[in-house]
Amino acid sequence: MTSDLTRLTASEMSDLLSRKEISSVELTQAHLDRTAAVDGTVHSYLHVDTAGALAAAKAVDEKRAAGADLHLMAGVPIAVKDVMATKGLPTTCGSKMLEGWIPPYDATLVTKLRAAGMPILGKTNMDEFAMGSSTEHSAWGPSHNPWDLTRIPGGSGGGSSSVVASFQAPLAIGTDTGGSIRQPAAVTGTVGTKPTYGGVSRYGLVALASSLDQAGPCARTVLDTALLHAVMGGHDPRDSTSIDAPVPPVVEAARTADVSGLTIGVVKQLGGAGYQAGVRARFDESVQLLVDRGAKVVEVDCPNFDYALAAYYLILPSEASSNLAKFDAMRYGLRVRPEGVDDPSAEQVMAASRDAGFGDEVKRRIILGTYALSSGYYDAYYGQAQKVRRLIADDFSRAFEVADVLVSPTAPTTAFPIGEKLDEPMAMYLNDVATIPANLAGVPGMSLPSGLADEDGLPTGIQILAPATMDERLYAVGSALERALVEQWGGPLLDRAPDLTAHPSAHPTADPKEA
Amino acid sequence: MSLTRDDVAHLASLARIDLSEAELDRMLGELTVILDAVALVQQAPTDGVEPMSHPLPLTNVTRPDVPRPGLTAEEALSGAPEQEQQRFLVPRILAED
Repeated sequence: MTSDLTRLTASEMSDLLSRKEISSVELTQAHLDRTAAVDGTVHSYLHVDTAGALAAAKAVDEKRAAGADLHLMAGVPIAVKDVMATKGLPTTCGSKMLEGWIPPYDATLVTKLRAAGMPILGKTNMDEFAMGSSTEHSAWGPSHNPWDLTRIPGGSGGGSSSVVASFQAPLAIGTDTGGSIRQPAAVTGTVGTKPTYGGVSRYGLVALASSLDQAGPCARTVLDTALLHAVMGGHDPRDSTSIDAPVPPVVEAARTADVSGLTIGVVKQLGGAGYQAGVRARFDESVQLLVDRGAKVVEVDCPNFDYALAAYYLILPSEASSNLAKFDAMRYGLRVRPEGVDDPSAEQVMAASRDAGFGDEVKRRIILGTYALSSGYYDAYYGQAQKVRRLIADDFSRAFEVADVLVSPTAPTTAFPIGEKLDEPMAMYLNDVATIPANLAGVPGMSLPSGLADEDGLPTGIQILAPATMDERLYAVGSALERALVEQWGGPLLDRAPDLTAHPSAHPTADPKEA
Repeated sequence: MSLTRDDVAHLASLARIDLSEAELDRMLGELTVILDAVALVQQAPTDGVEPMSHPLPLTNVTRPDVPRPGLTAEEALSGAPEQEQQRFLVPRILAED
């Protein structure tokens, strides 16, 4: 019986909990059991907090038994990406630099999860400091795609996408700097939203690129994604870029699922050459389903999106090179002394520690950012990228004058084999070509499953984009499309994913799990 | 303009990362490919365009100047590589002579 609980949606779990038909301890234990059974092969988690999750579940059950007024999501367990500071729980960001670091404080969104009574199951794997599209840049080895364990689960949030796709958690926290929530969702047949920039507090999110980073929800259904969005979102005085307004009515929009009279803009620049045939076919069918449900479709022209990838890979490394300067081996994190140097200086220790603690991709981006910001090249690279950023934001403004939401395929391809793009940084960067414009402009975006590609049988994703602060539109459109698709499929897409317990549980990579 | 191996070594020293000889060689090749690709921004129609540093209009944010609790010394030092007398212990800052 308990193993069946993991197949429920978070919304169903919440209903059963509030009717006292199940306890949070039962529900949490069912997920921990599932992790014990499958995470040896999937490797979603860097750390599982068995004791902490069960203690939080027990506390919620006791409050409920005592008749306390609880949050709607109380007792529903969740996994948290390892980039969020969690008091008392290791937080490594997928890096040797932070091996063993236990933050003395909680990120604001973690505080909100705890206040809502949501047991934290553990911390999920990611590309080091969120730099990557596959989790292969994690210092602890890649996570695996539950649809095909030889393939990537997307990145950087491949731990969070695979953890929900493999039913180890109904919900997970992700962060999205250039697509790290949406692209993993697309390649694992799950749902993920990057809220409007400033919609969710960044306090306690270990920064990659501060003007692009946004935390958001990962789940298996659009409604579950909305329910988590509502828990995470809202103003935080500790993040001066957080929006001082209520969370948009995302849950209501997901429940109503009304697209009649909406105009949907298909972005001309996102979806042509370079996109896999099966990805395009499922996208076109999804657009037609929205038309069948009463939406109108127009094509929109965003000519400057063609420069988005180039601008992003200047702006991101520039901000990252500055943000990651704090890993200096002085106050926390790895400290390594250079070999063969007697009584080394602080600077020598710093340089040796950063060489030992950072992986290749992180070094690459820090050095690229250092170059883009250096005098003599600043105007040609960073300065020029900032102007392109404005052009992209202007393209969005014009597009939203004629369309209520924009749509595109989320990623150009389905999940690729682990190892295929590891030695070609530019090939890896191209995975984010459709998701990056939203981060540059700060607008919200969602990915949800659009089906399976005919050529490889792997999940494809459709991306929905809305104007800043209009996040509810993502949920109205996403939910309407999900209903139409599930009706067509005769059940959720993930029902067709392989049974992971049939695989031998041999894990190919080093695993630092502690609890 | 093309990057040289000396440029990469200089950038690595600015970024305080000790790169091995092999890392320098690899990084030079990879950065050259990436820089060629991102140089596309120089072809965008940006005449008269204002640079954009942040996605949303920013206004200054202030709060009342009242004390609020922070980390204790013990908490702040909890991740320190080395500590002494409730202080971060760091390698020497100045040269000996």
